[in-house]
Amino acid sequence: MKTGSCVEVRLPSELGFEKVALSTAASMAKLMGFSDDRIEDLKTAVAEACINAIEHGNQLDDSLSIGVVLSHTDDELEVKVIDDGVGVTKHPSHPDMDLKMLGEEDPRGMGMFLIQALVDEAEWHQGPPGKSFVRLVIRLHKENK
Amino acid sequence: MQAATKVTERTATAASGKSVNILAFSGDIASTSKDAIMGAYQGLGASVSTILLDFTGVDYINSSGIAIIIQMLLDASKAGQRTIGIFGLTAHFNKVFTMVGVAKYAKMSPDEATALAGL
Repeated sequence: MKTGSCVEVRLPSELGFEKVALSTAASMAKLMGFSDDRIEDLKTAVAEACINAIEHGNQLDDSLSIGVVLSHTDDELEVKVIDDGVGVTKHPSHPDMDLKMLGEEDPRGMGMFLIQALVDEAEWHQGPPGKSFVRLVIRLHKENK
Repeated sequence: MQAATKVTERTATAASGKSVNILAFSGDIASTSKDAIMGAYQGLGASVSTILLDFTGVDYINSSGIAIIIQMLLDASKAGQRTIGIFGLTAHFNKVFTMVGVAKYAKMSPDEATALAGL
């Protein structure tokens, strides 16, 4: 693959289609030479980003789609997941399993934490409809950054 | 678009001699899995005290699916005497379950034999 090659995928705002995005990201990461365990990390992060975009950004509105843009340099793969929502205002927090087991914290709400924990960079950008996105980056050689 | 979750139930005997109910999952573990998973769990008899969750046949799990497992652990905790263990997760999802704290409340084993040996 030439550096800067870019792949774009558009997905319906329907749960389950995140698997199309994670398969695409996994294929690209494999071509770049990422290890299997890093590809698994990427797949989960991309899936969670798409689920957030479908559920929260586009609020499951089937008239809207989400965009997934994958681009790379020699040693990093960037994935942007774009939706029509207003963007994320809160920062990811570490799930507290003790509170969940006490019924004091929603059992859900782990997606952003997983995204941040599994990739080398994760940032959420707010914007007008169609411009809010999460940007994920994984690197082949983490020690270079 | 998501692969339907299937749950099959079987019983086994632990190394200690106690009876164990195993819920074996296949397909996706996602938000759409709630009825299948919680239905199977709630269908277990009141006398069932030890349950193993078998993820060997599962390829895809997302955070909504993990939340269903956490809900099951919460229900088991409220019920008092129920113990739940987990086996058959891939190395990746073993890591993810540990990261979110599930391993603190459900013993995780690589396979059925190891899980039964520890009960």
